[in-house]
Amino acid sequence: MQHISINNNQSIALSEIPELIYSEFMKGNLELLSGKPERHCVNYFGYKTSDSIKLICCIADDVVHQIFVSSAIVDAVSILPSFTSQNHNFEKFEREIHENFGIPYSDHPWLKPLRYPYDRFDKSQVIGNYPFYKVESEELHEVGVGPIHAGIIEPGHFRFICNGEQIMHLEIQFGYQHRGIENLFLQKKKLLERTTLAENIAGDTAVGHSTAFVNLWESLCGYTPDPSLDFARTVALELERMANHTGDLSGVCADIAYQLGNSVYGRLRTPIINFLQEWGGNRLGKGLIRAGKINFPFTQALADRLTEVFKAYEPDFNEITEKLFKLPSALSRMEKTGVVTYEEVLEIGTVGMAARMSGLNRDIRASHPSNLYGSILHKPVIKHHGDVYSRVQIRKEEIRQSIGYLKQLIASVPEFKKSEEFTATPLSDKFVISLVEGWRGEICHCAITDHSGNLVIYKIKDPSYHNWMALAQAVRNNDISDFPICNKSFSLSYSGQDL
Amino acid sequence: MFDNLKIMWHQGKQFIPDVTTAKVPGIFRGRPLITKAKVDEAMLVGLCPVKAISSNPVSIDLGKCTFCGECAIQFPDKISFTTDYKLSSNERERLIIKEGDEASIIVNPDTIRKEIHRLFGGSLKLRQVSAGGDNSCEWELNSSNNVQFDVSRFGVDFVASPRHADGIVITGPITENMAESVERCYNAVPNPKVIILVGTDAISGGIFADSPALNRDFLSKHSVDLYVPGNPAHPLTFINGVLSLLRKTKI
Repeated sequence: MQHISINNNQSIALSEIPELIYSEFMKGNLELLSGKPERHCVNYFGYKTSDSIKLICCIADDVVHQIFVSSAIVDAVSILPSFTSQNHNFEKFEREIHENFGIPYSDHPWLKPLRYPYDRFDKSQVIGNYPFYKVESEELHEVGVGPIHAGIIEPGHFRFICNGEQIMHLEIQFGYQHRGIENLFLQKKKLLERTTLAENIAGDTAVGHSTAFVNLWESLCGYTPDPSLDFARTVALELERMANHTGDLSGVCADIAYQLGNSVYGRLRTPIINFLQEWGGNRLGKGLIRAGKINFPFTQALADRLTEVFKAYEPDFNEITEKLFKLPSALSRMEKTGVVTYEEVLEIGTVGMAARMSGLNRDIRASHPSNLYGSILHKPVIKHHGDVYSRVQIRKEEIRQSIGYLKQLIASVPEFKKSEEFTATPLSDKFVISLVEGWRGEICHCAITDHSGNLVIYKIKDPSYHNWMALAQAVRNNDISDFPICNKSFSLSYSGQDL
Repeated sequence: MFDNLKIMWHQGKQFIPDVTTAKVPGIFRGRPLITKAKVDEAMLVGLCPVKAISSNPVSIDLGKCTFCGECAIQFPDKISFTTDYKLSSNERERLIIKEGDEASIIVNPDTIRKEIHRLFGGSLKLRQVSAGGDNSCEWELNSSNNVQFDVSRFGVDFVASPRHADGIVITGPITENMAESVERCYNAVPNPKVIILVGTDAISGGIFADSPALNRDFLSKHSVDLYVPGNPAHPLTFINGVLSLLRKTKI
């Protein structure tokens, strides 16, 4: 198999990516994944060249810490065999390629619209008319929920097929959040516009996505950031993880009607996001991460302040956590609820917490470290039962782990240089891939430039892209009343999926 | 039982006693001040990623501003952001801050629809609709009702059904794919009803303003009762805006 091996955030000449005929391209990539759980497809996408479509496939190997990239040129008319019929990791990717370019696949088992982008190939596909899976039966009934849900939450449509109270099948339909972000990355030429876009991909992951963007951008411009910038990004990523995990623990408590846990975890999120505000002026970390500079250097005074925040946070966090994890009424709702097995997550190709909950070790911080993660020597938190309990345990342990890393990091605050405007511009004819472990899991951004250094394509993959399928799988054979807790325990992004 | 009491005791007093005078920690970017200092206005205008800054005289439209603070970093003599979080108004033009403006942004009591105070002054139930929102304003609206901000103490609650609601709160730039749902949700709310836009994306489209994936027809068909700027809007911005809209004098 011909491919090029690259590192995370390494930019290469586009011409270095081997261009194969489709059958070899398909065979090679499937072989790379076959029987190798340490490998998964981090991105597979197409883009229009003059008169055809170029497909680029990126397979990450967590053991050798490399990403294998290969490509193929196809036209949009010939019927192609699908990767998906042999490996379900590619299900979403090929749906997206089909939706964007109309490439007909002969044997894709689930070739349905993915996000109804405004520039989709087939405009006759409209969001109100999604082809849901149906079962004709007098015993079964359907429950439709959304796009507007009961709480303050993003839109999406859930269609359940139930036997009484029991869920037999769940299909999730997306697209309501589609804002055309990937195209806006090409249309908006100013760096600050693009950085703002990255911060708004998923507002709960503003730090994660903006870090993925600036890491990529600096590499694309051939610029090496000062270690102080990597320090700030690593600190911000861990704070974002802590804040979201704490908020999710609150949400899980709400969904099992444990009011005390809901209130205590809910209020414990506040000092963490307020610290982000003290640092950068925004509770969700918007405005903080910038390519080649930082407007708000991390000072020793901030380090001391964060130490105080932890001093107040830890005893209260430990107290409520000890209570929650010993509470029989809470445990009985979490244990063996919403199980996804190792085989299933491997087949789906989940990332982040949705992989680590079932014994699948996927954590970019350890496998393809960016920023300061290489020196932290991160050990992923792995659980094995794949249930709500495993997902909640991961959050509990990762919060403690993040506090540990943060204490270690702020023990020696680096000196920040005076911020200067970032003036470097992207190099021409480059390909670069940027992976960052956000709080949900792996974030992947890819970019390609043309011969004058303009962006030709900007591809974004939020961890939710694959993980939604794991939620659909998790709720099978569970009571429909357990859907909220299953959903919250995954806590996935709609805007990150719809872009 | 005793464990629970102990945990509750250890939380201490969490709620903010007076949400109208509370101070926000750190360097929150709230209402900007623009001096009359001479600067390269073309450069200042060109700097803004969302075209929120206009020249001659220099002004910032908080309905477009993402509060990234870049203008204050690069033109510190010209622009600074105060920690004043009271940014909401019922009149769109009040969100435009001009050179030399130092007055607070207010909800103009003379132009609030008369029935709002009479009918909703004691209780306002809201249905929130995210229409392309990135889950940051959604998080902050959820936070508005945590034990610290506790907006429900003022009779303001978020409800599950539009039929139980007195109005809708929209976040996000309103995508084409959500346009019909927003309209249908609004139609399901009984009359009279209010519309509140929360966040820069909802008020102007924000960074997405010129995306062909949006459909903002809803806003040209209906009049908006309250604009709540921010990216995301701070819970105190939202709470103070709603309280002013309801003209609650005693809180």
